[in-house]
Amino acid sequence: MDMFNAIVQVLDSTIRLSVPLLLACLAGLYSERAGIFDIGLEGKMLVGAFAGASAAAVFHSALIGLGMAVLISVAFALVHGFASITHRGNQIVSGVAINFIAAGSTIILGQAWFSQGGRTPALQPDERFAAITWPGADAIKDVPIIGPIYAELISGHSILVYFAFAMVPFTWWVLFRTRFGLRMRAVGENPAAVDTAGISVAWLRYRALICTGILTGVAGAYLSMVQNGGFVKDMTAGKGYIALAALIFAKWKPVNAMFACLLFGFLDAAAIRLQGSPLPIIGKVPVQFMQALPYILTVILLAGFIGKAIPPRAGGVPYVKER
Amino acid sequence: MSTPYAKLPAWADYGLIPLINLSVAFIVAGFVVMLVGENPFRAAVILVEGAFGKGTGIAFTLFYATTFIFTGLSVAVAAHCSLFNIGTEGQAYIGGLGIALVCLSLDSVMPWWVIFPIAIVAAAVFGALWGLIPAYLQAKRGSHIVITTIMFNFIAASVMVYLLVGPLKPAGSQAPQTRNFLAGAELPKLNWIIELFGAKIRSAPLNICFLLALVMAFLVWLLIWRTRLGYEMRTYGHSPKAARYAGISETRIIITAMMISGALAGMMALNPVMGDQHNVAIDFVSGAGYVGIAVALMGRLHPVGIVLAAILFGMLYQGGAELAFEMPAISRDMIVIIQGLVILFAGALEHMFRPYIQALFASVSPKSVGMQAMNGKGA
Repeated sequence: MDMFNAIVQVLDSTIRLSVPLLLACLAGLYSERAGIFDIGLEGKMLVGAFAGASAAAVFHSALIGLGMAVLISVAFALVHGFASITHRGNQIVSGVAINFIAAGSTIILGQAWFSQGGRTPALQPDERFAAITWPGADAIKDVPIIGPIYAELISGHSILVYFAFAMVPFTWWVLFRTRFGLRMRAVGENPAAVDTAGISVAWLRYRALICTGILTGVAGAYLSMVQNGGFVKDMTAGKGYIALAALIFAKWKPVNAMFACLLFGFLDAAAIRLQGSPLPIIGKVPVQFMQALPYILTVILLAGFIGKAIPPRAGGVPYVKER
Repeated sequence: MSTPYAKLPAWADYGLIPLINLSVAFIVAGFVVMLVGENPFRAAVILVEGAFGKGTGIAFTLFYATTFIFTGLSVAVAAHCSLFNIGTEGQAYIGGLGIALVCLSLDSVMPWWVIFPIAIVAAAVFGALWGLIPAYLQAKRGSHIVITTIMFNFIAASVMVYLLVGPLKPAGSQAPQTRNFLAGAELPKLNWIIELFGAKIRSAPLNICFLLALVMAFLVWLLIWRTRLGYEMRTYGHSPKAARYAGISETRIIITAMMISGALAGMMALNPVMGDQHNVAIDFVSGAGYVGIAVALMGRLHPVGIVLAAILFGMLYQGGAELAFEMPAISRDMIVIIQGLVILFAGALEHMFRPYIQALFASVSPKSVGMQAMNGKGA
């Protein structure tokens, strides 16, 4: 029974740790499917986390915090669009720039506004998104097997967790069952064809980037308002890049993205849980190896040893209208 | 597909446009300073005085610049081959491992002038090997070099943390770093050069790596513009199709370019490790690899431009430290914002002002933008 409880606990933290990855990964999916590489996911999450925690602390409302997180994150996404769509700049360079500006400005503004060494004030319970207890969770808690699974795994998360997982089927629906999704995929594969059909390539790509901004904003808000009770400098700590890795691992498909993020979240949760204690058969695994595993797996995948990851064909290429 | 931008005279292309982009970046940074509630002009004065006001400041500025020349050259060499090497950070980190192995095993038996060349080779080889795998995957498997090099940065960080909290840490020590090197692995300082000009220096880590960096800048110029290999790299960078048609081996050129880039990145580690700290500590690269991107873009991928841009960023680092001291509201992270803005305006938005400048040139002097042919006066 101890073993079972331990597994439930690891899976529970897997869900908590994979939510920001999942949101950022789906965010990246929108922009990359539309043909815009986005290595600025990290930066957009970071500004989202900062704006969310600051606004929630100042206005004493979790919803205003979430709104600000989304707003600022979308603004950064639009800067990326302005550089890479309107001015046909290099998308990678623009993404790097956004990460830098985000990392610096969150610390400088945080220090100037709150003078707590780059932190935002600790959020009160009503300024955060509280955990939702599902009906009957307390009653069923002591039932073996089903009890812990229902009470720990399914119930007891904040609304943003359920939002993240609901975004998976929603994104699938948008991508494969709506006109917008069809056009977005087309603009990522062959923008000239979309242009010939009389649809604005730039406007489509801008809309995809707005979706990206919204989702990274929510991801940031989750980090600073659910997982942590406030903003801490550099709190994304490479999650944006892991999300990027997960996106490639998922071959740019929403349902795969969920499984990739759960896998990477599980690796993280297992690394925290094990903390260098020996595993059966394999023996002791260095914690750094567990941390590096998502990146190593992605490189192996990219090398074509586990299937082939084929990116959207027009990805990274600015569209120039023929004249 | 038509090229969207016509030609400008060289001085405008390489001087005026970067200058305008840089000014815009600084103006935006000035707004951030104002947002924080400080006076941007006073901040600028403190920054410049901190960097160039005293001998010590100049020495520190050049010390930081040395690091950035290496990383800037590294990014630029790959970029000439149209490869975006974001892995400079990781390659420099692994280069530090090479230096650590050489210094830890030889520093008790040899003087610095024997160890230094060995360490240079070790740093270059380790950095080059860390660049080799992404290059191979790009050339043979078509995996995007940007993604693989990002992944390799994280893998490098994990490897180094593992080594520095485990095998490389001396027994009984708590700090995650190697033992301090002995005198044999300490590089001579260059502060006397600045003292020749009459300035006083208290203690600054400027060392002979600065000269090495300048030599490498010259060699990179030689490589890119005066050798067959450099020509092939530029050809491939300009048009992979043309390169293939000309019989240039894609695999060979990608792997060579990335290994040279990785070697230059690895050599960056010499400066802080052997010149300043005399040990290898966790995160000693601390973002210099990413600064290299800004330096390379700012310097327009030309070694002379890169040296100048590196000195500019060295000034920002040194002056930024002084600024943080004088204006408590502004920490050193202000420099990170400025870097980001420079990358944005000099890199991603480099063409933003070009059409306006072109229009201006065309109206003032049509000849300068190559319009004489259109007027039928002959070329």
